[in-house]
Amino acid sequence: MGITVEGANKRFGDFQALKDVSISVPDGSLTALLGPSGSGKSTLLRAIAGLEDLDSGRVVINDEDATAKPPQNRGVGFVFQHYAAFKHMTVFENVGFGLKIRKWKKPEISDRVHELLQLVQLDGLAGRFPSQLSGGQRQRMALARALAVQPQVLLLDEPFGALDAKVRKDLRTWLRHLHEEMHVTTIFVTHDQEEAMDVAEQLVVMNNGRVEQSGTANDLYEDPANEFVMSFVGEVNRLGDSYVRPHDIEVVSDPDASTEEGMVQRIVALGFEIRVELVLADGTEVWAQLTRNELQRLELREGQIAYLRPVQAKSFNGSSPSDPGASTPRGPRDEGDAEVSAAV
Amino acid sequence: MEAHAAHPAAAPSPRAGIRLPGAGAGLGRGTVLLYLSVIVLLPLAAVFSKAFENGLGAFWTAVTAPQAIAALELTFIASLIVVVINAFFGTIIAWILVRDEFPGKPIVNAVIDLPFALPTIVAGLTLLALYGKSSPIGLDVFTTRVGVVMALLFVTLPFVVRAVQPLLLEMDREMEAAAASLGARGFTIFRRIIFPNLLPGLAAGVALAFARALGEFGSLALIAIAFKTEVASVYIRSLVESGNESGAAAVSVVLLGASLLLLASITLIQRWGSRHERGGDNGLVVMPMSGEDFTKERGNDDE
Amino acid sequence: MSSSRSSRWGLRILGIGYLTALLLAPLVMIFFKTFEDGLGPPLDAITSPDGLHALKLTLLMVVVAVPLNTIFGVGCALLLVRHRWKGNAIIDGIINLPFAISPIVIGLALFLLYGTNGWFGPVLAEAGIKILFSIPGMLLASIFVSLPFVVREVVPVLQEIGTDQEQAASTLGANSWQTFWRITLPAIRWGVAYGMVLTTARVLGEFGAVTIVSGSISGETQTLPLFVAKQFEQFNYAGAYGASLLLAVLALSALLAMNLLKRKEA
Repeated sequence: MGITVEGANKRFGDFQALKDVSISVPDGSLTALLGPSGSGKSTLLRAIAGLEDLDSGRVVINDEDATAKPPQNRGVGFVFQHYAAFKHMTVFENVGFGLKIRKWKKPEISDRVHELLQLVQLDGLAGRFPSQLSGGQRQRMALARALAVQPQVLLLDEPFGALDAKVRKDLRTWLRHLHEEMHVTTIFVTHDQEEAMDVAEQLVVMNNGRVEQSGTANDLYEDPANEFVMSFVGEVNRLGDSYVRPHDIEVVSDPDASTEEGMVQRIVALGFEIRVELVLADGTEVWAQLTRNELQRLELREGQIAYLRPVQAKSFNGSSPSDPGASTPRGPRDEGDAEVSAAV
Repeated sequence: MEAHAAHPAAAPSPRAGIRLPGAGAGLGRGTVLLYLSVIVLLPLAAVFSKAFENGLGAFWTAVTAPQAIAALELTFIASLIVVVINAFFGTIIAWILVRDEFPGKPIVNAVIDLPFALPTIVAGLTLLALYGKSSPIGLDVFTTRVGVVMALLFVTLPFVVRAVQPLLLEMDREMEAAAASLGARGFTIFRRIIFPNLLPGLAAGVALAFARALGEFGSLALIAIAFKTEVASVYIRSLVESGNESGAAAVSVVLLGASLLLLASITLIQRWGSRHERGGDNGLVVMPMSGEDFTKERGNDDE
Repeated sequence: MSSSRSSRWGLRILGIGYLTALLLAPLVMIFFKTFEDGLGPPLDAITSPDGLHALKLTLLMVVVAVPLNTIFGVGCALLLVRHRWKGNAIIDGIINLPFAISPIVIGLALFLLYGTNGWFGPVLAEAGIKILFSIPGMLLASIFVSLPFVVREVVPVLQEIGTDQEQAASTLGANSWQTFWRITLPAIRWGVAYGMVLTTARVLGEFGAVTIVSGSISGETQTLPLFVAKQFEQFNYAGAYGASLLLAVLALSALLAMNLLKRKEA
């Protein structure tokens, strides 16, 4: 059960959007396709929905090969970034559209539509037109519309991309709760790693048409397969060949053999955490994440010299992201807890 | 660039930039109104005045004369038939121009404007030559009604095409994808999603085409000579030539009334059409002779 | 929405077939009909004194009506778009009128105003000014029918470019005229050009109104379209087709210009 994509390839003119992509989405799970613009994530999602045809490869939905099926027959519900609301129909008519196509009777449609509108908290707005709704309301309507026909799979293409930050956060939480209630296999596309990590059980990181790595948020954060994943999921500093998370940089007052010298350029207080930006002797810019207590203890000031050592670093020697061998997730090469002095 | 009119309420009034001081704007307005009055309003007033010169009774007599009724009947019925036919074909042509790709598409798109550019007398002459008595392809369909209908089809085609094209272009393609994902198939998608969104443009195009057809003269002038058919405009001309100016004015008023009604309805249609847009009405009156290239859809921003 | 191959081809055949039968075939006909009896007859007709005069008159109409309506058009557009006023809708409506009114009615209207028994008839007769059956009347008719085009094309362009640039120019010290000349006009120039081409095409082709107003007196008040009709009436088909061909060539040039300008705007 669930969804499987095998060896998907898709090109648009000269541009290869998907390069031999394979993913596996467990039944009932909530998966995020995460990646920058142009990574192919939307194309992959649309291919699963049947809105794009693959040049080669298979799409299997709930153990049935869906590759040749048009979107009407795949049992997928699709939510678009810009809502795709039927602007000439009321909210009620929008949500009931799929049911009307399936020739449900009026009272049945009415019951189901109102049930869904309650679920998405758009009760009382049934008679309005999409142009009279806010962005967040329109997106909830779009979700209700997709859910009305009880799809096996729910696909969301950057569903919150067109909304304000606050609304985005609210809807994110709301989507997670919805999934907990309904347990429909859900895939959503986003370029926002925080969103992906917050909502999804499984993340699939894509870049340049390939899958870089998939796993839980924690897997990706702790054991990134390559530089791309490490810098895309979470913050990273680059020291020579090594990559160090800001909270893995220890700042001390006294130098020793393992420390590196740097000058504090800027100290920014971001709520609980402090971000300390330093520049090393060779000009490399680094930033470390400290707590307020640590900052106070060290008595750091801008312009001051401080000493830092990476507590845990990773290097990905000989591998670059999107290598031919990189479509299957690889384990990280962990350098362990050894204190590494950055070679200059 | 769409050929829309400025809605008075939506026009911004900047404090800087091009702004004539109060008096200047007033002067400008005065000049514009004067120009319009002399060129447009005054002549029309003269027609109305002449029509009722001898009272309502005379007006009624002139308008209900058998020849007048025959002419008006022919005009209205032919125009109606024509707009229905062109609504059908015009939509198809707009569709293939926006949604289809084929070699020579730019030429086809350019040719649509031919009736706007070609003198109507020439149009009438060539249609007569091709489909009339001495037709080279042996197709003589120029009996009275058919000839009139063909000429009117010619001059009104661009109105529908150019009114539907921008709507097709601007349409959110994702609505169709959404409908497909919800289970709707080809024709259902057209019927429930695409067509309702085209309707305002189609209606406006039809209204404009109808107004145009009612008043058409040039392309019918030669047919009138050849077959002695009389549409309203030809009848009016004959009245003028025989010195019956008030009669001519009376029948003209009927045509004018119809035209004004159609113009007003176009404004209403436009308003109704944009009721679902955020920001609502722009006060548009679509005059389909836009300089915009309506064959290239805006690309989807996806990846 | 994916359509099947057959429906795609069906639509193409329907659409293009219709266009060919209605627009293209007749156009091609003009060429054939004109030279049916060789190059001579049509050429003779066009280069006859009447023919040449008709051509000259037609061009005169263009040369007067187009600039007038262009200046009016740009000014009016600026007024409508940049200045709020309650009556703008009325102005807008009046400008649309020439689209919807039959040319014959326009001709009649002018006739009623400036004819010997018209509103201004006596006054003009006394001043010795002849409007009807003479060039001024024909000019008035040409201006009437081609009035809206420049306004219609410039208004949306003005709306689209917005006032930002003009306001920036103001803050940099430009006065209204300088702003207009250096900022606005260059920004709207393709819209103006397109409008002018449409105006020209309309004036070239005007028939109904000018027919009534001019009396179609050969060699005096006959424009090319009127010449075509007269030749046809007199069974001089070569002449009719020859002049038609000339008009068609002018029309196609206008069409070409229209399309080139459309590209410029994109």
